Amino acid sequence: MRFEVGSALSIGAILFTVIIVAAMLIWVERRLLGLWQERLGPNRVGPFGLLQVVADMIKIFTKEDWVPPFADKFSFILAPPIIMVVILLSFSVIPFAPGVGVIDSDIGVLFVLAMASLGAYSVMLGGLSSNNKYALLGSLRAAAQMVSYEVFMGISLLGVVALAGSFNLREIVLAQSDGWFIIPQFVGFVIFLIAGIAESHRLPFDIPEAEQEIVAGYHTEYSGMKFGMFFVGEYLGVVLVSSLLVVLFFGGWLGPGFFPPIVWFVLKTAFFIALFILLRAAIPRPRYDQLMNYGWLFLLPLSLLNLVLTGAYILWQEGI
Amino acid sequence: MIFLFYTAAIVALIATIAVIISTNVVHALVYLIISLLSVAVIFFALGAPFAAMLEAIVYAGAIMVLFLFVMMMLNLGQTTQDEEKEWMQPRLWIGPVTLVALLLVQMTNVLLTQDVDLRPIEVGVLEISVLLFGPWLLAVELASMLLLAGLVAAYHLAKK
Repeated sequence: MRFEVGSALSIGAILFTVIIVAAMLIWVERRLLGLWQERLGPNRVGPFGLLQVVADMIKIFTKEDWVPPFADKFSFILAPPIIMVVILLSFSVIPFAPGVGVIDSDIGVLFVLAMASLGAYSVMLGGLSSNNKYALLGSLRAAAQMVSYEVFMGISLLGVVALAGSFNLREIVLAQSDGWFIIPQFVGFVIFLIAGIAESHRLPFDIPEAEQEIVAGYHTEYSGMKFGMFFVGEYLGVVLVSSLLVVLFFGGWLGPGFFPPIVWFVLKTAFFIALFILLRAAIPRPRYDQLMNYGWLFLLPLSLLNLVLTGAYILWQEGI
Repeated sequence: MIFLFYTAAIVALIATIAVIISTNVVHALVYLIISLLSVAVIFFALGAPFAAMLEAIVYAGAIMVLFLFVMMMLNLGQTTQDEEKEWMQPRLWIGPVTLVALLLVQMTNVLLTQDVDLRPIEVGVLEISVLLFGPWLLAVELASMLLLAGLVAAYHLAKK
């Protein structure tokens, strides 16, 4: 079993960087949205408003951490950490650069999928335990959305896995040294991108927390750092999906030699994070039934077709 | 790996007992998820990482989500919990505990008398695929037909 574990120092450094990046994204998102909507965004605290995140964190840590008396305390407290833990665990299999990473595992892709499917519990338990009708509606929507889009997420990945011949994310990157998988797997890339947005329930697929319809959805009753965990968990999800897109379809750390590999990885990931934020600024939210129909009636057949055609192509290449 | 195995086994035992004795359905489901995840860890410790991941994706990730989804729809409140407490009588335990004790005696007997090689053998994704789509292809096809029948039936019911 190839199962290498990085040193404690590198694990700590990766954990720290990922959490800081996710927290800084709150500022990045608000500034970029401001830029695209012809306004300034937060620019008061520190240079360019960079310390806005620190101010937000101080606020969120010092707020009253309230558990409603009508809530089911056990699952109410259990729900927020699940999303954080699950997404941080997914980062353990991401290869950032040659020699930089936590685990080099042969089941990397499956591990990410398993963690993504466990992430649904955070949203479901949070909404169910709140004992609030808006929270329940939000988590019902979240459950249906996440379970459905997980299916296409998994199937759209299989084309890449078949081409690379491995579930190991590091080997998938190395298999792209002759050409990134975006070219043979463009359909898979589009499906994975859409499913990734739905999995991290970001706008335009933020139906579980649609403010205009159901207050704040599943985290209506949450306050203080419990809400903060849901909030940072969402940004962690954005970083995770962006880095997965880079690893699976855009050659990971590979790139022309004038930058070191890790810089290529960071640049590509930053591009997709910006794309996520631009999508939020550009596309309106679909209706709930539209989302489900689109998924099951369009994306599922398309991803299956993509898988079959990829298999046929591989067999043809091998000359059978 | 032996340490991993025994820790996961103890967690699985405690979580499974908690599933049975907890009166709140949501808590019981959470314990069941923990139990399934520790079974996945046991698979991993025994050298079957692929089976471990499938256990986490299919059982803990998909089937249990559906269970929880149904729980949300049913909206079981305090009354169900009181009912559950009422039903949990000590005398109901006698039958199951006797049967399980019998099984336990048998299993200990087997483990003590037989000389079994317990070293884990590594089984990768490739080996499983070669087996599934080689000698066991017919079974895979039959299972997929069963699933297709379920899918068609669900579609028919939802259409009404």
